This record gives sequence, C-alpha cells and structure tokens, in this order.
Amino acid sequence: MNLRRTFAMAYKEALQIWRDPRSLAIALLMPLMQLVLLGYGVSLDIKHVPLCVFDQENSQQSRAVVDRFVSSDWFSISHTINRQSGIGYALDRGDCIAALVIPADFSRRLSTVGAAPVQAVFDATDVNTTNVALGYAQGAVAQANAQIAAQWAASQGVLPSLVGQVDLEPSTWFNETLESRNFIIPGVVAVILSLVGAELTSLTISREWERGTMEQLISTPVTPLEVMLGKLTPYFAIGFFDAGFCLVSAVYWFRVPFRGNIGTLLATTALFIVVVLGIGYLISARIRSQLGASQIALLVTMLPATLLSGFTFPLDQMPALVRAISLAVYARYYVTILRSVFLKGSGLYDLWAPLLGLSIYAVAVIWLAARALHKRLD
Amino acid sequence: MSAGAPAVLAQGLTKRFNSFTAVDHLDLGIEKGEIAGFIGPNGAGKSTTIRMLCGLLHPSEGRASVAGFDVDRQPEAVREHIGYMSQKFSLYGDLTVRENLLFFGGIYRVPRQSFEERMRFAISMAGLEGRENALVRTLAGGWKQRLALGCAILHRPPILFLDEPTSGVEPEARRRFWDLIHELAAQEVTILVSTHYMDEAEYCNRISLIDRGRLIASGTPSELRARRLGGDLFEISCAPLGAAVKVLTGAPGVVEAAIFGDKLHVVLGSGGLGAADLPGFLGRHGIQAGPARRVTPSLEDVFVQLVSGGQKQRSAT
Repeated sequence: MNLRRTFAMAYKEALQIWRDPRSLAIALLMPLMQLVLLGYGVSLDIKHVPLCVFDQENSQQSRAVVDRFVSSDWFSISHTINRQSGIGYALDRGDCIAALVIPADFSRRLSTVGAAPVQAVFDATDVNTTNVALGYAQGAVAQANAQIAAQWAASQGVLPSLVGQVDLEPSTWFNETLESRNFIIPGVVAVILSLVGAELTSLTISREWERGTMEQLISTPVTPLEVMLGKLTPYFAIGFFDAGFCLVSAVYWFRVPFRGNIGTLLATTALFIVVVLGIGYLISARIRSQLGASQIALLVTMLPATLLSGFTFPLDQMPALVRAISLAVYARYYVTILRSVFLKGSGLYDLWAPLLGLSIYAVAVIWLAARALHKRLD
Repeated sequence: MSAGAPAVLAQGLTKRFNSFTAVDHLDLGIEKGEIAGFIGPNGAGKSTTIRMLCGLLHPSEGRASVAGFDVDRQPEAVREHIGYMSQKFSLYGDLTVRENLLFFGGIYRVPRQSFEERMRFAISMAGLEGRENALVRTLAGGWKQRLALGCAILHRPPILFLDEPTSGVEPEARRRFWDLIHELAAQEVTILVSTHYMDEAEYCNRISLIDRGRLIASGTPSELRARRLGGDLFEISCAPLGAAVKVLTGAPGVVEAAIFGDKLHVVLGSGGLGAADLPGFLGRHGIQAGPARRVTPSLEDVFVQLVSGGQKQRSAT
C-alpha cells in the first residue's frame, strides 16, 4: 500500500463530495431530518389519554374522583357529557379512548353501603394503549380509595397511620423516569448512522462506473486496497461528524442522560462507522449503477436496522429463529452499546459481547471491501 | 523491459463475448518509438484489443506482452509502464484541470521535485494556461482530449495507448493532437493509436488495418498503398454510379470497382480492359463516362479493396 496514492484518492473523493449536492444532502440533511422524524415521531409513552367524563352526580366527592384521574399526566378530559348514549358516540368518533361514568347516587352509596361503583369504558382497538390506560385507571381509583379511607379514618378519630397498609416502593434503575425517549433516542442514532453511512458510500464506486472514470482509474497502478482506504477516509470524517451531531443532539436537545465515558462512546462509534461505510462500499463495488446501489443499500440497512436491532421491538421477546437472524444485524450491537453507555455508564469491559459482534463485523467487512474492486472490465 | 524486444507483442490474441468474436487471432508487433496506427471502422475490435493490451480485459485465447510483461498474468507491471486514454472521455468532470493533474500525478507517484514542471508542461501542451481552475466538464472537446493526453503522460510512460483520441474533435484540434503525438514519439515513446479516420493513418509509422476483429493488412502507409491494390488505380466520372459498379465488377481486367465520393475508382490489372477502353466499355452499357485518370491510391482505397476481398473470401468458403 502506498500512502501517496491513498492520499491522492482521498483528496479527490473529498473534492467530489464537496461539489456533489446529492452527497452533501445525504451527509448533512438526512441525519437532521431523520433525527426530527424518528426522535419525535417514535414514542412509546402513553400520556394524556383522552378521557370522556359522564359525572351524573357532580358532587364534591364525585369531582374528587375525577380529579384523581386528571391530576396526573395520564388522562386529559376531552369533554364532559350528560347522556349515557354520548359515551358510545364519543368512542365511535375516536374523541376519547376511555370514558368515566359516575352514578347519580355515588356519594349516597359511599356513605350508606361503604362502597360505590364507577364505570370505566375503554376503546380496546389498540390493546397496548388500553392496557396501559387500564393500569392508569386502576391507579387513579386506588388513590381515590386511599383518600376516602383516610377521610373516613379521620372522621372516626383514628389516625390514618394506624390503618394497616402494604406499600410497594418500586425502584427503577438506569431510566428512573421511565421515559421511553431515553431508550429510543440512542436507538435512533444507531439507525440514522446505519442508513446514512451505507447510503453515502453506496454511490462512490458505482458513480465512477457510470461516468466512465473507472476505466481510466483501473488502468493505473492503484491497488484495490488504496482505492478503498482513499475513498472511505473522507466518508469516515463525514460519518463521525454526523455521529457527533446526533449524539450531541441526544444529550442536549432530547435530554437523554449521558452517564458513560466519552472515550468509550467515540471508540465504539468509530468501529460502527467503519462497518456501515464498509457495507455501503461493498454494495457499490458489486452494483454498477448508482440508483441500484443506493436502493440496495437502503433495503439492506433500513429494514434490519429498524426491525431487528432492538431499536423499538425488544429482541428477547422475539421467536428464537428471528433472534438468531438478528445476530447478523450489526446495528443491534451498536444499539445495545449506546443504550448501555448512555444510561448505565457501561465501560468497554461491560460491553465485551456486543463489541465482539461489532469487531467481527468490522474485520469481515473491511477484508471483503479491500478485495471488492476488480481491476477488469470483464 | 529487455533491450531489443518489441514494445508490444501479440500472438493469436482473441476475445470472445459469448458467441461474438470481437478480436480474432490478432498478431501484432510494435517496435519501440513507433507510432502504430489501428485503423478500422467502428466495431472492428480496436478498443477491445487495446483494453486487452492494458490488462483491462482477459484474452479468451492467445497471449500478449507489453513492455515485456504478460498482459494477463502481470497486469500491474504492465500498468506501471503504460499511459492509457480510453475512447470515452474519462477524466473527472467535477474536478478542475489542476485537480485532475494532481490526482493522476499522485496515483502515478510522479516524483515531487519534477511534479510542478510536468504539470506546467501538460497544461501548456493542452493549451490550458490560465484555465487551470476551470472545471473540466466546462471545456470543449479538443481541450478535454489534450488534457486527457496530458494526464496519461504525466508519469512519462514508455508506451502509450490512445483509443480514438480524435473522435468527435474538430479538424484543427485533430491536427494539433497529431503534432503532440509526433513530439512524444520523438522522445522515444511508443504509441499505439486507434482511429476510424482514414486520413489519420498517414500520420503513423506503421498501420494495422482491422476489420471484424481480424488483422487484414499491416505495413507502412506507402507499403500498403503500393502492394495491396494488385493493379493501377483510375478515377472516372460517370453516371449512374451504381450501374457502373455492377457492369465493371467481374469484367475482364477489372480487379475492383468502387464508388469514391461522386466518382468511381477502378483498379485495373494486366490483360483485359485498359484505361483508355473504360469510357467506351461503359458507353456500350448505356453509361455516360468521362476519361479515366490515373490517381495515387489513398489508404481508404486500399482498405475498401481489402475489406471487400475479405468478404469475397469469406463468402466463398
């Protein structure tokens, strides 16, 4: 390998990227657009479930129950109604996902029988949302019950603390606020880098074939290794810039807590960029049209990176066969690494397993890419 | 490169693409410092031959060496010793003149101390002084071709392959380009240049006429003109031309009759019709004809005769 030839190659490639609006757009605009789309679009949190309230009593006590529902961020009242039939109508129209019905004799039954029913109706079309909303409703009712019990105890002259209670004190580690954003955003970064990296390099060789410059290039003594290193160098710089942009946005814009070590983050990111650039380069060397190469790159990176990387769908919930397939999805290793480094503050030692996966990939891809260019026309 | 060996040597060089034979058992020998011309119509196999000699295509059969290295087994050694200009313009249009030169200079590892001087030479040779920072895609055809030549000779290769360097270039620029080729040959550079312009054959030291993948003749331009026609060439004005060709073909003493521009070229052998008999002979067949005038054959005459001879031979077998 000759450094001067490699440098000449890298300099030429950098100039071409600089003068090609399409490459620049992929390099600079695509990460931004995807970060906005995926960062804001993908959220697994269920908050402000639209709630329709039919309070037939409208007493101080019934309003206290309604308050329990809306005092958290869980529910928001979409509207209040005054007819039973209004519930079906509101659910049909999708104005609300849950409806709360409080009977007209609510406070009377509470004081005489000691128990009063409230009804909650759910639109169960989306099972996940319904399950979560159902849990929220039970929580709200439990709070209302505790409040009523405390009031009853006080009215009986008993200190509330003497009433026996079992409390669960849940403690969630690493993502204390249980925000799905903290979990999603590192995955988004991995998906963006897989996509942008492969798209960038997928054009680099096919462009030379299409424009006819490859015939001149392969008639020179330049080696396939020098072509690969020279071409990947400027893209590596771009990839690193994009990674920096995404990671800084994750921390300072999306407010994902960063607990790890910057060095660990940069080293693993560099490794991942090598893999994605290498994949794009391999595709480019095989497919001689720019359009074809770009579409194949989209196909082989986008689908696995979004579906099988654990970015949104948890891998350990998948059937064994799909889990086995996901071992070949390099993005999953980086997703795991990013989440651990961000939220757990993991070091290189803790990350040995995904690092091993990523390293094997990097070595294999670079080994293949260094041989991918055949200096022949047939 | 061993001394005395030919710069380019091909024996039985053949290239087949599936059932199509693009180059058919071609033998070729080019001495150092020669300008060897590859002449033939489009699709004759000139580009395929040059690409095999540059190590860009595997020969299907036969062998070839360039600068003493086997083109199929030592392509990298071959590439160290050649400069190549492909038929399609293949510099980087989105780089400037200077950036293209910098790139190829780096790829060929031109020694740094002489790099600036060679770049200046290439720029002045291409007539691009003052346009060093122009994007190459904005240049007109003649400048592009001369710049491509400049890039191909930056590393001073002893052997240069130029594939139709003047196609699509206006006549004045073609003249200039051939002047450059002669200047390079004067510096001991061996040059193989292909063209489909017959008039350019006259600029070569030696030419190889190629048709349908086969070498049909080779020699110096004057040798080919002298020995290949098999008779003397006469030009005659007559009408209609097509009927005249029909009447003369196969007539006693007529070796060849072909339309040449708005006139007829007739090759007469010994015995049979003489030049003075031609107007009368044509008149008897109802064709008006002027007097026959003896002309010096051009390479195009030779080529037409060789190609039609080859066709006759092929259809006979």
